[in-house]
Amino acid sequence: MDWMGLSPEEWTAVRLSIRVAVVATLVGLPFGLLVALALARGRFWGHSLLNGFVLLPLILPPVVTGYVLLLLFGRRGPIGSFLAEYFGIVFSFRWTGAALAGGVMGFPLMVRALRLSIEAVDPRLEEAAGTLGANRAWVFLTVTLPLIVPGIITGMILCFAKAMGEFGATITFVSNIPGETQTLPSAIYTFTQVPGGDAGALRLTIVSVIIAMLALLASELMARYANRRLEVE
Amino acid sequence: MTLSVDIKHRLGRFRLDARFETAGGLVALLGRSGSGKTSIINTIAGLITPDEGYVRLEEMVLVDTSRQIFLSPHHRRIGYVFQEGRLFPHLTVRQNLLYGRWFAPPGAGTEFDSVVDLLGIAALLERRPGRLSGGEKQRVAIGRALLAKPRLLLMDEPLASLDEARKAEILPYIERLRDQASVPIVYVTHSIGEVARLASTIVLVSDGKVAAVGPTTEILHRLDLLPLTGRAEAGALVEATVERHDEQFALTELRSRAGLWKLPRLDVPVGVRLRLRVRARDVMIATSPPSDLSALNVFSGLVSDVGSPDGAIVEVRLDCVGDVLIARLTRYSVQRLGVARGTRVYALIKSVALDRRSLSGPTRGISGADAAADEV
Repeated sequence: MDWMGLSPEEWTAVRLSIRVAVVATLVGLPFGLLVALALARGRFWGHSLLNGFVLLPLILPPVVTGYVLLLLFGRRGPIGSFLAEYFGIVFSFRWTGAALAGGVMGFPLMVRALRLSIEAVDPRLEEAAGTLGANRAWVFLTVTLPLIVPGIITGMILCFAKAMGEFGATITFVSNIPGETQTLPSAIYTFTQVPGGDAGALRLTIVSVIIAMLALLASELMARYANRRLEVE
Repeated sequence: MTLSVDIKHRLGRFRLDARFETAGGLVALLGRSGSGKTSIINTIAGLITPDEGYVRLEEMVLVDTSRQIFLSPHHRRIGYVFQEGRLFPHLTVRQNLLYGRWFAPPGAGTEFDSVVDLLGIAALLERRPGRLSGGEKQRVAIGRALLAKPRLLLMDEPLASLDEARKAEILPYIERLRDQASVPIVYVTHSIGEVARLASTIVLVSDGKVAAVGPTTEILHRLDLLPLTGRAEAGALVEATVERHDEQFALTELRSRAGLWKLPRLDVPVGVRLRLRVRARDVMIATSPPSDLSALNVFSGLVSDVGSPDGAIVEVRLDCVGDVLIARLTRYSVQRLGVARGTRVYALIKSVALDRRSLSGPTRGISGADAAADEV
């Protein structure tokens, strides 16, 4: 694998980063939709508390978030041990842990984009669907969901980008193991710590820029397509 | 189809306390904006749960607070045409029309093609709502509601957001809907013109309460209700049959109980029954048979009621051999002519005041509407 002069180890880091970011985004999306719906439409006790809790990773130092993840989802952590015992899902020092860290860090950005687009949906359209015989689930699937597609795309891209670039929380939670938890940022960091690593760091930096540009471009195209379908006067 | 409504509801400082019962046809909820008309049909549709009371359609209870019954909107099968259309922007016209079909019970109901045909929207099917004019949007919204096979169709000022030309474009479709589709309609409006043309029954709403219920002509001919129905647009409805066309002078003659009417040439076949709306401000009165006049429509009648004056103005109701006419006069003229109940007078109406817009198409079941008025 000599294309662009990347070493096999560097390729591993690139592939791992993409996998981590994709999994973080896709797994996070349903949860993000639920939370965004609750925040946008729900009126319940603890509304602001939920909002604050979701935004927390955005405000806390990433290292703190990573450490909290380690406490909760580590092998001995209450959630981590439960998941490992009953579902066989292990996070600590695995790529899944990197995905969790990336997902948690990207979650507030995704929820925010989703929430804004849900709030922009005219509830009178949903009312109209109700009078035509659709129950709430159908109204969501046939009216709300199609109308928030642009928001979903934006939210996913933001989450993907955040998960790709996550460093502090990842390295604190699952360390920096080549081939397992060493994502692009960790690999670049490693290069900068060794003599003569500048070239490697630069190569991975260029790769990061390319991936980011491709993701932006894809979101732009999808958003344009979605907007053309809506044809708002 | 009997619709029974008895609801009490508070919206901020506004109190709704409405009770009425109607049977079939097109029922108009008439009243000024803010009188609570929309709240009433929102309660019928299930978009508002009343604080107290019930709504029943035939034997079916839609909501009854005393029995803890509340049928959610999607279980009621009540079509709703909103003022702003509310078409789904992400679906084509065809998909919008078919939306309700997914949820409607299978079997008999309005056919897609016949609805598209009735509303004249065949050419729009593949477009998206963003590309439609206001009038086209409303016709699609009506079709969408109809195709969900509703038991009752609610229309909330469907013409309010349209200009005169678009209104004229849609009114015939609503008339056809009333006469051809077998769905009873509750129609919210503040326009006497629409009511005169469309409604078989009027529920007069004022300040959250039902002021009167009755057949359209009966309500519109009551002088005591004029402050609520709208004084400036007051008028009488006359049922007339097209008798012949006078091609030489481009006139059409219609026969009603009061006599012969001459109107500018109408594009209607001989023998068709029309409902003529004669506005009170277009009617003059004389106490002796007038001669040497340009006005072509002169009818003799007896004064059956004199309204209560409003400043300089007073309305007078005439009985012309069974046809009712209302004249809007100055208080001064009424006194000068000595007009009172029982006075024989002659009503004069200029033919040119009676144009196309004062007509509604071939009518059916207008005077046969029955309704029960409840005191509130």
